[in-house]
Amino acid sequence: MLIYKATELVNFAQGDLLMLGAFVAYMAVVWWGLDYWLAFLISVVTIGIFGALLDATVLRNVIGQPQFAIVMLTIGLGAMFRTFASVTWGSEIYTLPTPFGGVWQVGGVTLSHQYISIVVGTLILCGVLYAFFNHTRIGVAMQATSQNQLAAYYMGVPVKLIFSLIWAISAGTAAAAGILLAPVTLIDINMGLAVALKAFAAAVLGGFGSIPGALVGGIVIGLIELYAGATLPDGFKDTAPYIVLLIMLAVRPQGLFGTMARKKV
Amino acid sequence: MSFFSVDNLSINFGGIKAVDGVTFDVGKGEVFTIIGPNGAGKTTIFNLVSRIYQPTGGKLVFDGTDITNVPPHRIAALGIARTFQNIELFEHATLLQNLLLARHAHKKSNFLSELFFLPSVRAMELEHREAVEKAIDFLDLQQYRDSFIVNLPYGVRKVTELARALCTDPKLLLLDEPSSGLNVEETEDMAFWIQDIRTLLGITVLMVEHDMSLVSAVSDRVLALNYGRPLAMGTPGEVQSHPEVIRAYLGG
Amino acid sequence: MRFQFKTSYNQDIRLFKDRVDASWYGLLAVAVLALPLLMSDYYVGEATWVFIYAICGVSLMVLVGYTGLISLGHAAFLGIGAYAHAYFLEHGIPWVVSVVLAVALTTASGLVVGLPALRMTGIYLAIATLAFSVIIQEVFSRWESVTHGFAGMPVDKPVIFGVPFQDEASFYYLCLFFLVIVLWLTRNLLRSPTGRAWIAIRDSEIAAQSMGVNLAIYKSIAFAYSAALMGMAGALFAHKIAYLAPDIFTILLSIQFLLLVIVGGLGSLHGAVFGAIFVALLPPLIAILRDSIPASMNDAAAAMNIKVLAIVGEGIGNFLRKPGVEAGIFGLILVLVILLEPLGMYGRWVKIRVFFSTFPMYRGATFKRQKSYMRSERLR
Repeated sequence: MLIYKATELVNFAQGDLLMLGAFVAYMAVVWWGLDYWLAFLISVVTIGIFGALLDATVLRNVIGQPQFAIVMLTIGLGAMFRTFASVTWGSEIYTLPTPFGGVWQVGGVTLSHQYISIVVGTLILCGVLYAFFNHTRIGVAMQATSQNQLAAYYMGVPVKLIFSLIWAISAGTAAAAGILLAPVTLIDINMGLAVALKAFAAAVLGGFGSIPGALVGGIVIGLIELYAGATLPDGFKDTAPYIVLLIMLAVRPQGLFGTMARKKV
Repeated sequence: MSFFSVDNLSINFGGIKAVDGVTFDVGKGEVFTIIGPNGAGKTTIFNLVSRIYQPTGGKLVFDGTDITNVPPHRIAALGIARTFQNIELFEHATLLQNLLLARHAHKKSNFLSELFFLPSVRAMELEHREAVEKAIDFLDLQQYRDSFIVNLPYGVRKVTELARALCTDPKLLLLDEPSSGLNVEETEDMAFWIQDIRTLLGITVLMVEHDMSLVSAVSDRVLALNYGRPLAMGTPGEVQSHPEVIRAYLGG
Repeated sequence: MRFQFKTSYNQDIRLFKDRVDASWYGLLAVAVLALPLLMSDYYVGEATWVFIYAICGVSLMVLVGYTGLISLGHAAFLGIGAYAHAYFLEHGIPWVVSVVLAVALTTASGLVVGLPALRMTGIYLAIATLAFSVIIQEVFSRWESVTHGFAGMPVDKPVIFGVPFQDEASFYYLCLFFLVIVLWLTRNLLRSPTGRAWIAIRDSEIAAQSMGVNLAIYKSIAFAYSAALMGMAGALFAHKIAYLAPDIFTILLSIQFLLLVIVGGLGSLHGAVFGAIFVALLPPLIAILRDSIPASMNDAAAAMNIKVLAIVGEGIGNFLRKPGVEAGIFGLILVLVILLEPLGMYGRWVKIRVFFSTFPMYRGATFKRQKSYMRSERLR
């Protein structure tokens, strides 16, 4: 459920892509009666291709504009996706059937397979992405592109293709996260917004551009939420992570693992 | 007592000594140039002087005041102005606004009087405007007054930066590669302006520069650096023929 | 094409460029003042919304358009202003004092949020303000002794120095008065050192610092001033909406404000007003369209005997009636504006004016910008 930010692309539509991914999987499983894993694959690929198309048609035009424009653009896109979803699927809440039914007893704690599937899935996803970005040629090229497009272009990196790829992967990841989450949060048109807010908090807490940071950030946010819900009065459960986030940002603005660099003059 | 002195200045970036024990004095009315190969630490010295970096060792004394711990926004008011290697103008503002901002260190109005634009604020604005017009006249920028910086050619931007620095009424002017990106003709103009700044306005100039023709045309003294350490100091001719300096540039 | 001959520096400082300019604004003033006499209460009410949104727009324009700081939490300031004003009124505090207190409170909260802003840029700031907004919204719904939570909080029409502002027209003039004051004050700031310092911070923090701008102080001022305006707008908002509930002041409202400044055109006060007209009038426009399109298409179909037209019209009407469509249309417009006209409506307006004033010498390249490749913005 963690959005990787190694590419410096801040995508506020991520949560909505996640929501779309979950819906596609739902359609595949419930309407067409496909296998869960096949549906997973279909959803990730569909949303991935959708992400690449999005880049080719819309986002490429804002290359060279400030980050702010891109942020606003993705907010706008997100709103469009939500409308699309509400028109297509309505505002009911759906449940996605999964093959993970049972529970495990580990040292007196009951863990349902569903939660385990989320944790394992997240770990695999992050591991794969981490390896991809740091150990493959394309991954390194992507990082290079995000840091200096012109230089990367001169070095023979096909910048446009790379950008489409980044979006495809990013969207595909979101879809996968959406499917993993679907059994817990249930599928509705606003699931993306809620998740995206927390995911952003996690990413910021860990420091943008750092995948291990995002993981730790996510875990910290989850734990805070859990403890605040258990020990503090009502209403703190949802706000506690944000309070912590604000304090953290005031003290250490670059996040736990982020690096802070100043512009050279 | 020298006008501006740098004493045993050092800074480390993650174990790398970018500037290591640099000492020099600049006399009043002097043009002092720092040269050296890329990465020698020239611009870093500028960033230390304008207080963007905090030195790990050493002392900076300007006009009898220790400025080693002065915050960066106080530097302009003390009388030190600078230009930047890669031009740091306010791009989406007009040239006039850019220059007026340079008067910021001399503003006397407070927020409330500005909120209602009291007559005193108007009077101050007119005063600033006159100071700015002097710089515009001095550097022949009249025709660009209302142009946005994004629409100006590189050469004009470079001159605008110089004008902006002058508008702060500096006593010491730091010029970071004033000729980089300029053609031969523009570089010659720049040399004349630097000389005029010194002789007509009486401003002390500390400069980082690569173009040796410009360096020898305007500098009184030159300091050569390599790997953050001083190699040689003297007149442009002396430094240029110094064996260590030749070796640093040509390798070997 | 008109030329201006400048004979004194004062000409660059004053509010209107020349007499022609001033007379246009005069004409506009007459039109705006006469509006309630000519229009029905419904339209006067909608125009009042425009004024309130315009104050919000100016507020956000100062922060985003001039100082270059992004806030995703401005609805929270609006909410603080609105709730504070409503609370003070409820406790019998006179109107003017109540507004002043509400503005003071939002200014203070703006300063508090501005503190982390001193060290953050870009996306971190956006998230921090977002977090603030979420917390404040939670406070609105939980602190029931003050805000009455989800039960809501009714707000009466304003009574100022014993003069009641009961009907739409009088409230319209009240909002107009506040908007004009806000525009005048903001314009004053922008033509004095504070405004220039903001612009400098937006374009290059390091250069601004080297020119003697204290970044911390000017960023704080920007935040506090922006929040203060939002508080003022909030007080008017409370009267206008007449019933406060926590779920009004959500992130979606903040995003709507951002949409306002972008559609209007970043970096201009005109843009804030243009954007306000747009954002405030779009929902009623959609409402009108969703009834009139099917009807008119139906008429056309009957007249021309083409059945498809009626069906298409019906379809559009049904589509516009679905929940959440409004947000999607806002999103679509946001995307189109960023893609086609990054300078917003004001930018387009300037271009059209230049086209006619230089006709037939207009060159298409006048507003072409050098295309630059995006560099990493981590290093700011």
